[in-house]
Amino acid sequence: MGVPLTLNRVGRTALILAVVIFSGFVVLPVAVIFLRVAGSESWLQALGKPVVTEGLRISLLTTVLALAITLGLGTPTAWLLARRTFPGKTLLDSVIELPMVLPPAVAGIGLLMAFGRRGLLGPPLESVGITIGFTTVAVVMAQTFVSAPFYVRAARAGFLAVDQELETVSYTLGVSPWLTFWRVTVPVALPFLVSGAAMCWARALGEFGATIMFAGSFQGRTQTMPLAIYTALESDLDSALALSAILVVASFVLLIGLRLGVGRLNGGSGA
Amino acid sequence: MLDVAIVKRFSGFTLDVAFTATEPLTALLGPSGSGKSLTIKAIVGALRPDAGHISIDGETLFDAEREIDAPPQVRRMGYVPQHYALFPHLNVTGNIGFGLKDRGNTEGRQRVSEMVERVGLLGLERHMPRELSGGQQQRVALARALILRPRLLLLDEPFSALDATVRVGLRDGLLDLQRSLDFRILLVTHDPEDAALAGACFTFEQGHLVRG
Repeated sequence: MGVPLTLNRVGRTALILAVVIFSGFVVLPVAVIFLRVAGSESWLQALGKPVVTEGLRISLLTTVLALAITLGLGTPTAWLLARRTFPGKTLLDSVIELPMVLPPAVAGIGLLMAFGRRGLLGPPLESVGITIGFTTVAVVMAQTFVSAPFYVRAARAGFLAVDQELETVSYTLGVSPWLTFWRVTVPVALPFLVSGAAMCWARALGEFGATIMFAGSFQGRTQTMPLAIYTALESDLDSALALSAILVVASFVLLIGLRLGVGRLNGGSGA
Repeated sequence: MLDVAIVKRFSGFTLDVAFTATEPLTALLGPSGSGKSLTIKAIVGALRPDAGHISIDGETLFDAEREIDAPPQVRRMGYVPQHYALFPHLNVTGNIGFGLKDRGNTEGRQRVSEMVERVGLLGLERHMPRELSGGQQQRVALARALILRPRLLLLDEPFSALDATVRVGLRDGLLDLQRSLDFRILLVTHDPEDAALAGACFTFEQGHLVRG
């Protein structure tokens, strides 16, 4: 690939220095978490504390629900954006991706103003006995709001990459559009769908700003792992570090899994 | 007998053709962009004409005036696109059996393996499309369409992606297959040598027929 770049001694030193400083900057904070956890005797105890166990439970529950909602509503949306033209499509495209660039605090205040007790839909919902603000449901909504675009964007790209001739052939073989979607479109787009879902889940897992504004930080109800870390930081550093270590491991496993898994899916589908 | 008379308008291009195919092998000849592939797409039901009708053996598949437009699923047209469009996530067996309702049971599997043998792909059942040569890919696409006993096999530029020596062998192979399985072919090509195989030939130019 191209002519190898020859650098003089100064250039080479500068290059190596830049790479060392940059990777050190990324690695150090992560490594320190593990050094501190390993250095303290009490981290095993911390794993049993409610702030940790409840944080884990709420995070798992809410991120799985947020991902399920995203898959259920985001997949048809992505398909529509990939396969149909309609008035307002460009606008819908941008609106759907907006939460990716929107500050989470803005997302939080928006959700509060729409679904909160004093929000637009708050009073009518309350009149039928539904309160959303500061409940587990609010956590799921905040996570879905900020993380869904990561999936929808990847899924749309995946559906666009599927040759429509494959679907035409499937129709001529007597297979309905619905079954063609499941037997052709989804399997061929699978590497995109899987990596999009993984990025979406990771973003939901890390969600902080919108959650704390719209759902608050109540242990066992709305306190997810990032919120628990923030709460424990002042009073119980061991718990905060233990939770952080878990999140680092989860993120790392996800990244490695994606590298290997999507690589294999790609190889398997010949895409 | 296939009877086609269709009009489809695009911005800057109008497809307006009418022909009747009665031969076992009929060719649509013309340069790329002359509307041959669009005509095939209309016959299989992937493109809806603005006006006209399409019928086969007296059964109407499309009729603009009578608002008949049979979906591709019920037209029983065997379609082999230019680059074969094999399902990349399925092996040879999975591709050939794709349209069979009973592909999961013994009878269906039997039909698939008979077809594998018929098109000369024995031993390649577990191969993925990307592991096959161009000629082998084409035979998978043919088998996938023919296993459903279509009323007509539509081939879009079947030999254009292959080099000359392979092409001669595959032309013979196609005719052998036609003799043994007895099906009708509508062949789209830009190559007069391919068209010479056909009992009848219609020449396309800029969306119109030149000479029947």
